[in-house]
Amino acid sequence: MSLLYTKSLRKTFGGVVAVNDVDFSVQENSITGLIGPNGAGKTTLFNIITGLDSPTSGDLFYKGKSILNTKPHTIARIGIARTFQNIRLFKEMTVLENVMIGRHFKGAHPYFSKNSYYNAFLGLIFQKKEELDIYQNAMKWLSFFNMAGVKSELAKNLPYGKQRELEIARSLATEPDILFLDEPAAGMNPSETEALMQTIQKIRTLGVTVVLIEHDMKLVMNICEHITVLNYGRKIAEGTPSHIQGNPEVIEAYLGKDDE
Amino acid sequence: MLNLLLLVMILLGLYIILSLSLNLIAGYTGLLSLCHAAFYGIGAYTTAILSVHTGLSFWLLLPISGLVAAVSGVLIGLPTLRLKGDYLAIATLGFAEIVRNVLTNWDSLTGGPRGISGIKPPVLFGYTLDPLKKVNYLILVWFFVAITFFVLKRIMESRFGRALEAIREDEIAASSMGINTTKYKVVSFSIGAFFAGIAGSIFAVFIPVVVPGGFDFMLSVTILCMVVLGGMGNHIGALIGASIIYIASMLPQILGFSSIISPQFNQIIFGLILVIMMIYKPDGIVGRKKPDFEKLIGASLKKEVSR
Repeated sequence: MSLLYTKSLRKTFGGVVAVNDVDFSVQENSITGLIGPNGAGKTTLFNIITGLDSPTSGDLFYKGKSILNTKPHTIARIGIARTFQNIRLFKEMTVLENVMIGRHFKGAHPYFSKNSYYNAFLGLIFQKKEELDIYQNAMKWLSFFNMAGVKSELAKNLPYGKQRELEIARSLATEPDILFLDEPAAGMNPSETEALMQTIQKIRTLGVTVVLIEHDMKLVMNICEHITVLNYGRKIAEGTPSHIQGNPEVIEAYLGKDDE
Repeated sequence: MLNLLLLVMILLGLYIILSLSLNLIAGYTGLLSLCHAAFYGIGAYTTAILSVHTGLSFWLLLPISGLVAAVSGVLIGLPTLRLKGDYLAIATLGFAEIVRNVLTNWDSLTGGPRGISGIKPPVLFGYTLDPLKKVNYLILVWFFVAITFFVLKRIMESRFGRALEAIREDEIAASSMGINTTKYKVVSFSIGAFFAGIAGSIFAVFIPVVVPGGFDFMLSVTILCMVVLGGMGNHIGALIGASIIYIASMLPQILGFSSIISPQFNQIIFGLILVIMMIYKPDGIVGRKKPDFEKLIGASLKKEVSR
């Protein structure tokens, strides 16, 4: 059964149909690609799934339950994490703090601190324990991305590729079951993209299902097991990479129709 | 002369509590609020009204005033905190004007522009803190400055504080990290209001008569300037900013020039300080400090490693 699937999901902005009755599904522990030309509705679909946008109609299921109109913070708590197309790091905070924020709810001490402020008032011993756990877990994720050395740098000072990795590290710190990557390779050079491909495969071995939007076809065709293609908000094809590569409708969407 | 210095130090203490608490709202959580004077006024009037009508002791009125201010913070926060930046500033400004107008015009409760007098001074272990003996109040105020400082510092060094800063940096990213941004913004707002209410309560028992004139828009702006000058998102910054602006504004009186220099001169100094700062140090005097987690959790970290 699919870990997550949508049922004729639709989103309109005024007269524009950004997502047009899309049935999109993600198999557990797979790497799924979502591709399509610019403006095809890929990011809108991501935004709806992660609660940042609400659909006009249709339904959305995760682990068999409808998660329609769930708030973004609740979505994160039930195990759906994401990154953003235009990097959204906490820029004035350090690399380590960024990942520590990813631990916000998983790092909460089980016996107290649903609301940590009054415990912080009291400065209880839990407080230190909690901070220690959050710190150590954040460091674990930084080491996973070989970034422990720059933990005290401000996030905005990192090079572009590292900022993208930090965003992934921060999402992974929430211990998601499913991770949505919105154009993770955008702006990366070929060797950085190569490294990213290995990282994504490494993430999957942790038991995390990965869904990615990407324009870099080399990356998509190499690592995705399942690909869904959107064009003008409509799903035009889905299947394995080889299946997609031979699909005439997909070729047409990307390259245009032959006039003759 | 000594009396004047004591007065300056007492009022400075109140300003520091106000700027520390606004720093939580504006500096750490990034909510541009222009109604801090209203919370201060609500705290002062809660103490004044209850003290005159019920005769409750100051030590009970102090937390009540804080709570009333905090509740009004929640009430104004729930509808307005979905706004951002300048929109929020205007909404909070509207709230501040409502409060000021209510205080000025609800004659039967607040005494209108004449204000409220006859507030009972606090009694500590049978010893009455006479408002004429300023040393008592100096100690009282600075005791609460210390409490405010350490409580707010503690809060900001926790998971909760980090979440507030995340909201300031990027609200959408913060919400997708599992942070309930609406709730956290409202809580931050009400904690800030709580301490402003505490400051108002102390102010009410210290001055002979509580009048609405002091809790106006200019005060909110002055507190915000203190926070910005010192450095948004740094407790020491709020402390330094409040000290510089308040002492600079009182300098003619302290030096005994108040008969030569007109009070408008204060505004000139005030404006000059802000202009110079914006050119040379736009982040404020101290700016945000990177937290040193190795130091913060150092002891427990070592224990963990040796295990």
